[in-house]
Amino acid sequence: MKVDLKQVEEAAKELYIRALKVLPPDIKEGFKRLDATETHATGKAILGTMIRNIAVAEENNNLLCQDTGIPIYNVWIGRNVEVDGAALKEAIRSGCARSTREYSFRSSIVHPTTRVNEQTSCGRNVPVIHFDFTDRADTLEIEMIPKGSGSENNTWLKMAVPAEGVDAIKTFVVDCVLDAGGKTCPPTIVGVGVGGSADLCVRLAKVAATRPLGSRCEDAEGVKLEETLSRAVNQLGVGPQGLGGDSTAFAVHVELAATHITMNPVAVNMQCHSARRARATVTPQGVTYGF
Amino acid sequence: MAHFDFNTPVTEEQVRKLRVNDTVTLNGTLFGIRDATQIHMFDRGRKTRFDLRGHALIHTAPNVKWVGETKAAPAGYEPICVGTTTSDRMERFTRPLMEQYGARILIGKGGLREGSAKAFAELGGVYLAVVGGAAALETTWVEQIEDVDLDDLNPESLWKFRVKGFGPLLVSMDSHGGSLYTEVNAQARAKRAAALASLGVKTGK
Repeated sequence: MKVDLKQVEEAAKELYIRALKVLPPDIKEGFKRLDATETHATGKAILGTMIRNIAVAEENNNLLCQDTGIPIYNVWIGRNVEVDGAALKEAIRSGCARSTREYSFRSSIVHPTTRVNEQTSCGRNVPVIHFDFTDRADTLEIEMIPKGSGSENNTWLKMAVPAEGVDAIKTFVVDCVLDAGGKTCPPTIVGVGVGGSADLCVRLAKVAATRPLGSRCEDAEGVKLEETLSRAVNQLGVGPQGLGGDSTAFAVHVELAATHITMNPVAVNMQCHSARRARATVTPQGVTYGF
Repeated sequence: MAHFDFNTPVTEEQVRKLRVNDTVTLNGTLFGIRDATQIHMFDRGRKTRFDLRGHALIHTAPNVKWVGETKAAPAGYEPICVGTTTSDRMERFTRPLMEQYGARILIGKGGLREGSAKAFAELGGVYLAVVGGAAALETTWVEQIEDVDLDDLNPESLWKFRVKGFGPLLVSMDSHGGSLYTEVNAQARAKRAAALASLGVKTGK
């Protein structure tokens, strides 16, 4: 398959606005699950408002949240896909900028020191674009994540040491949830990166935080951590918006990588309740959109 | 737990009546401020022409559309999506907003800290929680963008919205030292040891 870059640019544009407006079905299901079990009156009322907001956004064709986030594009290139990589990157960047201009939503991106906003949702190295490869033939997949800053500002890395063991990982996650309180817009998906190098560890935490609800870590030890940590953080009572309740996190997700004999890194990155993402699948038949 | 309907601006007496867990719905003028707005006002000596005395200010940077000045859009902007942001980043601006500009009500998500709680108690102010990430709904409570100042900071301009039925908002910090955030946080920290024990962590320090 030879990739049509015009099609990619359109998809990159379309994905941003779609992600901002409609929540994926797994997140909607997650809300139903939390709402059914929440026992705290304030927490229950807040969940009700969040659920109503999802419907209002769809009815009014509006954005779910005012934060248009920091745009992230994850790209998977399948087998037998022929594409000019540099041009692919440029097409995504251009689609991202066009989305902000053509749909008139807020550009949340500024230069880090001058704070100048180019009003394009783009800047140096932004949108963040990650490329990877899959074995799916004749398929190019693009996932778009507008990552909200309230949750992104609550990101931590600890370079624990082997002598501290898995206890250091568990303690760190619990303490991060306590420190975040209501600042991350709970209920959240708590993304945990375990192992790797420092940069890979943080990246894994982001992958974990943005994975669909119901998905599991591919590593059996990671699954164990997901199950026990999901229960533990929801015992804390932080609740929706940090105002008390049972629904602190939809889930804790874990991603693992091997690490060095001297290292025991753990990172936490959170996703807010407006856990937005959208996906385009490009094949020789055209583009299909989903989550 | 009482409910109050306020037309802005409000008096100190009105604000002092509020206790945590009460709810408030606002009508009239609501100002929007953000990080850059306040950095420019309090660190870089810029002034606003707006009179903020007795008013409510929401931590926001809205999505707006430039449509040109019309009767329906007197400042040239239509609101597209107006919500809130994490207030904690703007903690140090609560006191100057109240002392220098006479603001009475701050609105946001996630709460403010001890310094703000003290300012609310000393000067007569309150923090109202609006649900973060529920901006599509909150936008339906905004009638119009009446005016805008410091617009070179767009989207972090100082916005003057006209709102109708903006709420119910939860009183989560009051002028009597009450803070639901402090309360919930203390309760959550008290459960830390049990949470770590459930994870089999032996040295829960």
